[in-house]
Amino acid sequence: MKKIFVLLGVLAVVALLAPFAGPFVILLLAQVLVLGIMAMSVDLLLGYTGLPSLGQAAYLGVGAYLTAILATKYGIGLGWDFWMVVALGMLSGAATAAFFGLFAIRASGVYFLMITLALGMCVWGLAYRWNSLTGGDNGINMRGRPTLGDVAFSNDLIFFYVVLGFFLASFFALHLLVSSPFGKSLVGIRERELRMRILGYNTWLHKYIAFVVAGAFGGLAGVLWAHLNGIVSPSDVLLPASVDALLMVVLGGSGTLVGGLVGATVVVFLREYLATLVPWWQYVLGTVYVLTILYLPGGIMALFKGGKA
Amino acid sequence: MKRIALFVAGALAFTPAVSQELKIGFLAPMTGIFAQIGKDMENGFQMYLDEQKGSLAGAKVTFIVEDEEGKPPVGVRKAEKLARQDNVHMLVGGLLASTGYAIAPVSTRLKTVYVLSIAAADDLTQRDLNQYPYIVRTSWTSSQPHHPLGKWACENGYKTVVAVAADYAFGHEVLGGFQKAFEDCGGKVIQKVWPPLGTKDFGPYIPTLNRNADAIFSLMVGPMALQFPKQLLEAGVKKPIIGGGTSYDEFVLPAMGDEVLGHVSALQYSAALDTPKNREFVRRYREKYGKVPSYYSESNYTTAQMIHEVMKRTKGKWPGPEKFISMMTELKLDAVRGPVRFDDMRNPIQNIYIKKVEKKKMHGYEKDELWNTVIKTYPDVGQFFTYSKAEFLKQPVYSREFPPCKYCN
Repeated sequence: MKKIFVLLGVLAVVALLAPFAGPFVILLLAQVLVLGIMAMSVDLLLGYTGLPSLGQAAYLGVGAYLTAILATKYGIGLGWDFWMVVALGMLSGAATAAFFGLFAIRASGVYFLMITLALGMCVWGLAYRWNSLTGGDNGINMRGRPTLGDVAFSNDLIFFYVVLGFFLASFFALHLLVSSPFGKSLVGIRERELRMRILGYNTWLHKYIAFVVAGAFGGLAGVLWAHLNGIVSPSDVLLPASVDALLMVVLGGSGTLVGGLVGATVVVFLREYLATLVPWWQYVLGTVYVLTILYLPGGIMALFKGGKA
Repeated sequence: MKRIALFVAGALAFTPAVSQELKIGFLAPMTGIFAQIGKDMENGFQMYLDEQKGSLAGAKVTFIVEDEEGKPPVGVRKAEKLARQDNVHMLVGGLLASTGYAIAPVSTRLKTVYVLSIAAADDLTQRDLNQYPYIVRTSWTSSQPHHPLGKWACENGYKTVVAVAADYAFGHEVLGGFQKAFEDCGGKVIQKVWPPLGTKDFGPYIPTLNRNADAIFSLMVGPMALQFPKQLLEAGVKKPIIGGGTSYDEFVLPAMGDEVLGHVSALQYSAALDTPKNREFVRRYREKYGKVPSYYSESNYTTAQMIHEVMKRTKGKWPGPEKFISMMTELKLDAVRGPVRFDDMRNPIQNIYIKKVEKKKMHGYEKDELWNTVIKTYPDVGQFFTYSKAEFLKQPVYSREFPPCKYCN
């Protein structure tokens, strides 16, 4: 409970200070929140269910491409129908995950890692090769962000608050999910699947549902990602994007939800902001990774918990 | 503190001279597989600035380099950072054609000049030009050197060609240009193979190449260029090779072996260009950076020179984005690569050199090295080559599907 208040407090301070930040920093803050949603969806799988997914960028990609295609080809999603696109984005992420889950959930451990990687690359292949729909390697340039009534998302500060709203909603939804009996049984599966099965739980179905929910939030992150960047490109779907999401969770602390946001903050600001200041930013990022793994196997969040998970 | 004091003293002493400032935001890949190309790009621009002691016609230049990683979305993010946080007067650079297509809308949205010093995406200065009032190109369109190359190949007796080209906008446009001119003159492209950008292992592609072709056309970018000729030789393929400009550019040439001798390519620059201007440029560049300049270096050096020419005319005062673009396109320059002027679609008209890789001594260097010897010059080539502009713009932009592969089976 305490961690929620701390999170809300920190986000409130950031939200209050945001109007005074530079335009680039606001963009980065919005990026942190979008990647935070994505990282939380990975955390649901890795931290709560024990499924290390290396293909989460696929769902972000599906949501982002859907948004971009609807907006540029049909002009849908640039007014109040933005909400419809949000729903469609989540649905398409969930549907893709529901399909991929049929193959992936049979596997566990490193095999799960491999099969999600392969499925993720299928989505990349589609994005890269299906020129008429996805623009191939060029990707799709968006023509502008939505305007809902008087509220123009093209203003970065407003868009930041919108993303913040989505982040909070996602956080509470996922928090409810993991605190529910369903969430507890996911943790049970993570700890010892065989015992859960003997107790009479349908562990396949539990894992499948978690996988689909994670896909839905990946899709949501994709909708916001497309509008944030103004361009959707196959490199958004490529393996490094999935690896990044996994790293953010591990760095922040898996099985905490908040850890995803902490990890996203560290990675985005070290990579995007530090890179604009010094050329040796990669060493800093690498050092942070190594130190975290050596001294904080529970991630940065372990610092606030006295080391106990 | 001392430095600040010195600076203040300097500022007081030369107030009229350093009163103006010109902020240039430079986008190039500094990490990833294209990092070395990014270095060549930056070096070229930096060398010109250093020669001018960091000020162009009295305007003190602040040169901010950002890493675009060779990824379009990162390029967009960094362009936003440069334009909005650093308030640069202009963006320069962007390596990949796809990055060019991604950054151009940013320039329109933020009303910031974008000088395409490398990114060769055809449509930016063709069918899409009207959407982008703040761009000007100082390099080339992807298809520009490859129209003459297609004509050259046909006139030199090649009848049928198989093509292997990197699968992205640049590859499509390079091969498209070659194919159009080649087939209009009577040649036939009988097969097209598209390995993804960044492919290192061509094993799956080489055996599929049609053995009946007279020659192979290859378009490689970055590290791909090094691997393809080697693996072709290992596979025992000994056909003549005609390449897109970046396949044998000086960026990779020194790292190549004898397997590339005799390969022909086309571009608006060759380090082996035997003119006093280029000899001098190669000498100075090599002294400074320890390697032969590539087209990436020359193009950015010349871009800096063009910006300088504009600033000379305004006496170091920033003329505003609209004025800057129009003044830039009025320039006629005797550049390192040869005479350059602009067409009415803000793309350069320049010499295109057909080049052959040879091992020899050049520019007074003692060792035998690989050089792109110029074997034919097509003067004053524009982006539409000998085609009429109206006719050319009626056809769609070159893509994987256009021109269609009529003679493929």
